[in-house]
Amino acid sequence: MTTTSVTNTEQYNYDVIRKFAIMTLVWGVVGMLVGVYIASELAFPALNFDIPYITFGRLRPVHTGAVIFGFGGSALFATSYYIVQRTCQARLFSSGLASFTFWGWQSIIVLAALGDVMGYTQGREYAEMEWPIDLLIEVVWVGYLVLFVGTLMKRKQPHIYVANWFYVAFILATALLHTFNNLAVPVSLFSMKSYSLFSGAQDAMTQWWYGHNAVGFFLTAAFLGMMYYFVPKQAGRPVYSYRLSVLHFWALIFLYMWAGAHHLHWTAIPDWTSTLAATFSIMLLLPSWGGMVNGILTLSGAWDKMRTDPIIRFLIVSLSFYGMSTFEGPVMSLKDVNALSHYTDWTIGHVHSGALGWVAMVTFGSFYHMIPKLWNTKMFSNRLINIHFWLATIGILLYITAMWISGIMQGLMWRAFDDFGNLQYAFIESVAAAHNLYIMRAVGGLFFLSGMVLMCYNMYKTIKSGSTEQA
Amino acid sequence: MKHDKIERNVGILIILTMLAISAGGLVEIVPLFFIKETVEKVDGVRPYSPLELRGRDIYIREGCYLCHSQMIRPFRDEALRYGHYSLAAESKYDHPFQWGSKRTGPDLARVGGKYSNDWQTQHLTAPRSLVPQSVMPNYPWLSKTALDYSDIQGRMKALRVTGVPYSNSKAEFDKNVKDFGEETAKNLHIPDAEKNLIAQAQAGNYDTNPDKLTEMDALVSYLQLLGTMVDFRKYDDDYFAKFR
Repeated sequence: MTTTSVTNTEQYNYDVIRKFAIMTLVWGVVGMLVGVYIASELAFPALNFDIPYITFGRLRPVHTGAVIFGFGGSALFATSYYIVQRTCQARLFSSGLASFTFWGWQSIIVLAALGDVMGYTQGREYAEMEWPIDLLIEVVWVGYLVLFVGTLMKRKQPHIYVANWFYVAFILATALLHTFNNLAVPVSLFSMKSYSLFSGAQDAMTQWWYGHNAVGFFLTAAFLGMMYYFVPKQAGRPVYSYRLSVLHFWALIFLYMWAGAHHLHWTAIPDWTSTLAATFSIMLLLPSWGGMVNGILTLSGAWDKMRTDPIIRFLIVSLSFYGMSTFEGPVMSLKDVNALSHYTDWTIGHVHSGALGWVAMVTFGSFYHMIPKLWNTKMFSNRLINIHFWLATIGILLYITAMWISGIMQGLMWRAFDDFGNLQYAFIESVAAAHNLYIMRAVGGLFFLSGMVLMCYNMYKTIKSGSTEQA
Repeated sequence: MKHDKIERNVGILIILTMLAISAGGLVEIVPLFFIKETVEKVDGVRPYSPLELRGRDIYIREGCYLCHSQMIRPFRDEALRYGHYSLAAESKYDHPFQWGSKRTGPDLARVGGKYSNDWQTQHLTAPRSLVPQSVMPNYPWLSKTALDYSDIQGRMKALRVTGVPYSNSKAEFDKNVKDFGEETAKNLHIPDAEKNLIAQAQAGNYDTNPDKLTEMDALVSYLQLLGTMVDFRKYDDDYFAKFR
């Protein structure tokens, strides 16, 4: 009896993965709920209720922090630990360290959110966390790197599987970006306030090098790693092209790091940096689509699964959104397009077609595959997965359509002249014109959030029926 | 080299990855710290006074940068709407920069002096009382909350470490007198920070309530300064163009 039931739980450390997986769902609901709320604040400012802690300016970093680092981050920890163990056929080399990354990361998300509502912020987008939290992130992240690489080193397979290359690049790049973008001088040892080491143009370049590559590595490279494991697994097919994966991996991680300055077109940075960034952004289209093509064509010969398997549908649609937003990105990085799109809602729409369409959808698909395996059971309801898929898809379409319309409208209104060469619109007219679109955006978000809640219910029932004991 | 080798050796994978991801930043960002033309040579830009600095801290605390940019681009419509395009020099003492990425509300790079203190205070307290279609939150607590300036010297000292020329000694003060003139230099002197802060708030009466030193005083003093430091009549556009 004891010898025959050598279980997965002994072979692999699934405990930490289960914890991260559950927190992914929790942060998903929290982050998206806050997102819907602040979207509603923009449509109905009375919702700010004159309470400092819930004004748009303080809640927005709570939203971005909870979805990027809480939802996205926990999903990446969970899937990277799952994938690295299974593809290396090796247990995480230290359970203590694994546990440390879990508790460390969760406290970071909680502290960051508390700091945001209290008004402790560095005033840098996606890097709002003040210096004590930044130090904690640094420590946890080094722990993550050591654990991941240490586990790779004790692998029983001679080759490191492609998904793990992407995770390695993501962990290294995030460490690099986090370290340099958060260099700051604290007011005192007991003060939460610090001042950025850099100023003005150099500070802007550093921040957008960080900001863009948080997207490039945290939200793209790492999720490609997720894709490279779960798409072939769920489709029951090998990755379409090994060569393509090699080529687009190196091209992607090299090119991404040059593109950040396209967030600063027409600003007070030297023109050459801006031009260089636009050039690399255009080139970036190729490796981005390399990943999409490799993922989608993995389904060759199994296309019928698009009809029958809602998990495959999540994964393939996520790749389609990935392809769409990585086409939109280079277009927006052209200086002439950017002159219109920058500062408008178009940017917000673009981010969300990537964040909801790609990041969240590929996570949903992967989790519907992974969670039953972690609890040795089957999904409670395939029908609910299917409903989730449609709620999410409709939600995204409403969201990005609203933002395309309002964004382009804002850009055009701001630059419109009347027959006498005067500005045609006062700024506030562009705000008023966006009102209905802001409502539409909030409704889109609500759709997406309801899908997320439905997923939690489905997962709850699944986990309840499962067991962590038996193989 | 066969890729096979990289896939079998995590050390090589890490080293090559680090090389690949470091190139971009090294080529695009590092030189900006050394190329002198990155920041224009222009008169008038000075560090913030203690009161303005506290105002800027509050601007950051409330997350204003998430809806307001401080970066005017060199376009005809922006010149008409906001004024001369922003220079890098105008934010050279900004730690962190607050250029922003989104204009849910208008750009604020040159909002200084456009509205009265009265207007700013009323607008921050209840924006829709002045602009009915605005979606900005009310900030009624700003004019009710006394300004905390207990650690103003610590704040200035931290900024001094980053390179902002706040003076802490006679020699530094004298240098500031030479660079910025005596009146400004006094305001940059760290040991006198509290005194200067109170004096500026009383003289400016930014929150239109002379009895109380509030967060509103600080924030409005900062807003009223934005974009006013450079006198653009002294330069023609060709001068700035050569720095781009």
